[in-house]
Amino acid sequence: MAFQAPTETYKGVIRATDLGGVAIGGETAFPFHTFEGEMPNDPKLAFEVWDIAPDDWSPELEVILADVWADPVAWAKRAVDEFGAQLIYLRLKSTDPNGAAKASVEAAATAKQVVESVDVPVVVVGSGDVEADVDVMKAVAETLADTPVVIGNAEEDNYRPIGAAAMGYKHGVVAFSPMDVNLAKQLNVLLSQLGVDEGMIVMDPTTGALGYGLEYAYTVFERDRLAALAQNDAKMQMPILATVGQEAWKAKETKVTEEELPGTGDRKTRGLMWESLTAVSLLLAGANVVVLRHPESANLIRQAIASLKGE
Amino acid sequence: MARDAVTPPECRLDDESERSGTLALSGLQIFKLLPKTNCKDCGFPTCMAFAMQLASGKAELSQCPHISAEAAAELGEAAAPPVRKVTIGAGDMALVLGEETVLYRHEKRFEHPPGIAILIDDSVDDTAFRLAVDTMKAQEFERVGQVLRAKLFAIESADAAKLAARVKTASDESGAGIVIMSEDPAALKTAAEPIKDRKPLLYAATTATFDAVSAAAKELAVPFAIKAATLDELAELGERCVAGDFKEVVLDPMSANLQDAVRDQTYIRRAAIKKKLRPLGFPTIAFPCKMTGDAMLKSVFAGVFVAKYAGVIVIDTLDPAQVMPLLVLAQNIYTDPQRPMQMDQGIYPINDPTPDSPLLITTNFSLTYFTVAGEIEASKVPTWLLVMDTEGQSVLTSWAAGKFVADAIAVFVKKSGIEEKVNHRKIVIPGYVAQISGELEEELDGWEVTVGVREAADVPRYLRGL
Repeated sequence: MAFQAPTETYKGVIRATDLGGVAIGGETAFPFHTFEGEMPNDPKLAFEVWDIAPDDWSPELEVILADVWADPVAWAKRAVDEFGAQLIYLRLKSTDPNGAAKASVEAAATAKQVVESVDVPVVVVGSGDVEADVDVMKAVAETLADTPVVIGNAEEDNYRPIGAAAMGYKHGVVAFSPMDVNLAKQLNVLLSQLGVDEGMIVMDPTTGALGYGLEYAYTVFERDRLAALAQNDAKMQMPILATVGQEAWKAKETKVTEEELPGTGDRKTRGLMWESLTAVSLLLAGANVVVLRHPESANLIRQAIASLKGE
Repeated sequence: MARDAVTPPECRLDDESERSGTLALSGLQIFKLLPKTNCKDCGFPTCMAFAMQLASGKAELSQCPHISAEAAAELGEAAAPPVRKVTIGAGDMALVLGEETVLYRHEKRFEHPPGIAILIDDSVDDTAFRLAVDTMKAQEFERVGQVLRAKLFAIESADAAKLAARVKTASDESGAGIVIMSEDPAALKTAAEPIKDRKPLLYAATTATFDAVSAAAKELAVPFAIKAATLDELAELGERCVAGDFKEVVLDPMSANLQDAVRDQTYIRRAAIKKKLRPLGFPTIAFPCKMTGDAMLKSVFAGVFVAKYAGVIVIDTLDPAQVMPLLVLAQNIYTDPQRPMQMDQGIYPINDPTPDSPLLITTNFSLTYFTVAGEIEASKVPTWLLVMDTEGQSVLTSWAAGKFVADAIAVFVKKSGIEEKVNHRKIVIPGYVAQISGELEEELDGWEVTVGVREAADVPRYLRGL
């Protein structure tokens, strides 16, 4: 009996999106289903950089970053030159009104320095404070008027001013929604009604780490991609960015020693597995960009992507 | 604003293939062939109920003791689940596979999490083998009330006597299920015979050895695997299994890399579920440990097989820092999306709290718990966390459903035993249910109710500011 391959045909396509010289998206089938469609662009590995030294990151990250993390330019350069970052995801954490509460213009100036010192595209996001981020992103959009970046996060409560800032200065925008297919779509609709070019939107549908809600993110990503590909829903065809490192390295399992968590093995191995498995699962579910923190898990993920592409 | 809703959750990719090539009968068609006596011997209240379960692949025809031979012949194949149930091992460590009905977990759920098997081959010396058996026996991890562990050894040797000895030792001493690996059918049989009641898996029959291996499996009443380098060849072997009425079979498509693995696993699952192709309607086994030389990369590859449908996943390490994350991944992916994981109701001390430490309350939705507990841990502030049973619903959902409301919370707080643990009477409620604070203070006599933050991410700052 000859086996008849049960291939699927998909009606839709993920938007091919250019993030300042780096192409993502464009796939015409479910992720890594190269046996029934095209995947013209490999998923990209971004590295997370803060504009202020983190004070609660895992000792495993501290050991490789502590000598640069007070200097975002040096940090970003290390990510590109030594870690192989294809994108920089710069978080302007200093602008957190409940933290350092630095002025927007100051943070924007730092963003400009980072953008000018690396030759990969930069995604610039605020502290995550819905109100403060508006001011910060206005300053970033204007300061970087000559260099297109991707700004964010635009959420339900601040998408208007942030979307407008992105549009005004021709930047891309990260549309952030809280782990829900319909809310993700709604935000895309709202941004496009505002006039944002749909080809300039990257979705961040919220990432859950291994053991901390990964299954929710996994299924939301899968459903996002099915809506885009199987249902040909144009408002769901934007590429997806997943903040893997931020969530994975928040897990207790990546922070505590074996003495504190007996029988769980070496902390570094645990941390790398946590970040790698979260990333690989979400890549299989539809992520086009994974934002990472550790270079060694990036190496593992890079090799997994190569094998998934048959290389 | 009216929401422009996305497609319904039951995304069907290809409706055409859904209908064509299907062998299965509808519940009504099956019902017509049943005795229609509603005797309940099958475990269902009526013949109709049983027929519906058969149609959805959730019951086996053999559960009906009164079915006529003719009806059985007609129904037999059509009524079996699209992916056959296979059990490897016995007792507490028994691994049940198969019975899967969907390609995407949101369509219903994935049924049986994959089994992690630890490879012991000829490169493992006797000392390392003993250590592996002892390690495996003791290695378990508890998470969200479930005990997670690797349940299988995969034992391979070119030496038949060594194979048999190790299979016996590993089975006797660890209690794990055994995948017995050899190219030689006679060696498989000899090694399996002494532990046949513990249902080892014979790995594997090829086109050349199919008759000998399947005969051994039949004689010993144990499952066996078939392997082939192409799906064409694998389907042919599967056809021989169907023809020979072998039900407990495991498929190895021998994928060379992850690209082939995703294709092979997807094709097998689709063929079984959407095309009702019996020859591929079995669980699979995968060997990420043989796809790369890098120790950690093997475990990352194993993660791909967890997400992509594999039944048995063979790795070659017992390093808990690699095994535990893989088991957690399997737990996550195989969680029923309709029944969120729940925490046990009760008092959770975090960062060694004292009677003076602050007290927070939240619901028992596992994601809510993990997020809140994680942030409290990160804050390093000693804290009592009260977790209330809201049937696994989040704060807002359970409030809206009338579960996380003042009178219910008051009863729970009083009965929880927290009054013996703290010497204050102050409780912090989630910011999202600020509206219940007044009523709760009335219900909770002698307690002071404070409204905390809405987002877990703000918990550390809040605690440090108390």
